[in-house]
Amino acid sequence: MNKKRIIVIGGGIAGMEAATNLSAMGYQVTLLEKENELGGHLLGWEKLFPTMRLGKDVIEFLNKGIGLTHIQIIKNADIIDARKNDSIFSVKLSDGRSFESDAIIVATGYDLFDARKKEEYGYGIYDNVITSAELEELFLSGKPIVNALGKTPKKIGFVHCVGSRDEKVGNVYCSKVCCVTAVKQSIEIKEKIPDAEVFCFYMDLRMFGMHFETLYKQAQEKHAVNFIRGRLSEACENIDGSILVKVEDTLAARPLRMSVDLLVLMVGITPSEGTKKIGAMLGLNFGPNGFYKCMDQHTMTTVSNVPGVFFAGCCMAPRTINNVFADSRSAALMTASYLENYSIEKRTI
Amino acid sequence: MKTEGKHAIWKDYQKDIADDRYFYVRSCVRQNFFPGAEQTFLRIMRDVLGKDVYEHPCHTTCTGIGYHSDVVPFDTAMTVVARQFALMTESGYENLVPSCITSFGLYTEILETWHHFPETEAKVREYLKKATGREFKIPKNLAHASDVIYKFRKEIAQKAKYKLINKNTGEPLKVVEHIGCHYAKMFPHVGVGGAEYPYVLVGMVEDWGGEIVDYPERRHCCGFGFRQYLVQANRGYSVACSHKKFESMQPYKPDMIITNCPGCPMFLDKWQYTIAEMEGKTYGKDGHGIPVFTFEEVAGMVLGYDPWDIGLQVHQVSCEPILDKMGIPYDPTKKFADKSGQFLGAPEKPSVLKI
Repeated sequence: MNKKRIIVIGGGIAGMEAATNLSAMGYQVTLLEKENELGGHLLGWEKLFPTMRLGKDVIEFLNKGIGLTHIQIIKNADIIDARKNDSIFSVKLSDGRSFESDAIIVATGYDLFDARKKEEYGYGIYDNVITSAELEELFLSGKPIVNALGKTPKKIGFVHCVGSRDEKVGNVYCSKVCCVTAVKQSIEIKEKIPDAEVFCFYMDLRMFGMHFETLYKQAQEKHAVNFIRGRLSEACENIDGSILVKVEDTLAARPLRMSVDLLVLMVGITPSEGTKKIGAMLGLNFGPNGFYKCMDQHTMTTVSNVPGVFFAGCCMAPRTINNVFADSRSAALMTASYLENYSIEKRTI
Repeated sequence: MKTEGKHAIWKDYQKDIADDRYFYVRSCVRQNFFPGAEQTFLRIMRDVLGKDVYEHPCHTTCTGIGYHSDVVPFDTAMTVVARQFALMTESGYENLVPSCITSFGLYTEILETWHHFPETEAKVREYLKKATGREFKIPKNLAHASDVIYKFRKEIAQKAKYKLINKNTGEPLKVVEHIGCHYAKMFPHVGVGGAEYPYVLVGMVEDWGGEIVDYPERRHCCGFGFRQYLVQANRGYSVACSHKKFESMQPYKPDMIITNCPGCPMFLDKWQYTIAEMEGKTYGKDGHGIPVFTFEEVAGMVLGYDPWDIGLQVHQVSCEPILDKMGIPYDPTKKFADKSGQFLGAPEKPSVLKI
């Protein structure tokens, strides 16, 4: 076995796949995960766009990789220090354990936008305003879809771009995955409650991925999901607990008021607390949106400003799962190149 | 509804409110609308709380209504406001307390402008110097009069003779709070509780025994909205705004409405008469309206002031149902009497709205 050691910080999709690839190349890999289970946000997701594949199938795929190799997995890892001394990295945990390595892959993922910051939507105040992640948890639980009143919702609204493309909350970027997630979840709602009316309130529908447009058309043609182009100005609670929404229908060019039994906020992707913490410890550069800044947006997306530290996944920007897989393998290759002194990661334009 | 969610937001929107030595600037319109309100504020501040509140006889309009109606340019508004600051500075005060929400909003807008564009402040200083020879200091503290009463709401509660409680049922009165748009909608951080779930009036109502009603059109404009009312052709829109709010709040059966803006109590009060005449619709119990009060009047009521001393007789919707619920005594024969006791004559009764 190669004597070179690598620490991977973060045990979500990116960290698991990067660790698997590096371990398969013969490196000694230590995977540090803050939670008690590997899998990250994917653990809370029932089905995945655009195929409706189960999230647990992807977890199983990742675990197969981990199982094939010899990775030291440290769960509940609370990192209190990470630094580089000469060419050696050292990482300390709050339980006293410490680890050394020749390279680090940072795969600290993302946090979901705190919907309470969009005060006008009433999340955390109105009982029937929930987030897309909470709806997904409900799907995953297999329980019947009921609102806070215990009733099957007959009218459901999805609000796109909650915490994305929104200067008011300081997030000017697109979170990339929310549009198609809303399409996916609206189809699932219609499959579970066929007589429900579903409304998606959107700015633009960014169906960039292969088959996303097909899913969008399917939502309209097969499931009669209503897509209304306009941003919500506010949500309020009616006396019966339903939610009154006000939105400008920009295609019809008129204001619209309607009550829904359940309002789902499509929360965006924000830099994780772990990203901020580890970045500060290792002296990593941050971009203007708070994600890590790579050395080149076209050619060196997984390379950091600190030699020996590489990025994988949503710590750099919002990513789809297939992007994260590609990233992780790329980061593994770049790390191997660094450790074998090929220096291809030092190329500049 | 989860009130803990609101409490979390309220924690993010707290502001410094001066303890004492206030330079008070009155509203242009309140003394015509509800003339007892400002006097009640001064009475509470001086007699109950023992605070130093100063008024300058040369104080003028801030031009806020003209500014928001697009008839007064911003440079003019800033220079007039700079003069108010100069009066405050010359009087030896640093804590500015406007009575009017629009004044508060305009002062805030000007201070924010000067903060971000110091060259604009320098230009206005030059204008004022050339026009009047005056100079000024920026207020150390800017708080609306409702912020000040909010700050001392617990002291007022301790000295209260009556509570916002129905004495017959022991139940808290259901109170709709309505915040003037210019209080925090332009600059949420200057409002106690922010713009979406303002706490400034909620805090008073809760500490004085009442229960707040949150209803779907809570955030909607009262109907004043300047252009909606000042442009005569738009007045139907003004009534429509108030109508929307009444329709939205009526299912909650509120006992009263509390406000902190000059225009809101005026329009929410008077338009109930108009809607009753136009549509035959009333929103209170048995053909009555929903009583509408300023925060100063409500403070005066809980402190046990004579209702006719604080000006409740000039309200279109009669205040007696609330006085009866709270157990506040009043002499009906003195409702329309002057200070010497001479009867001034009662206004004509509306044809629909019961008073």
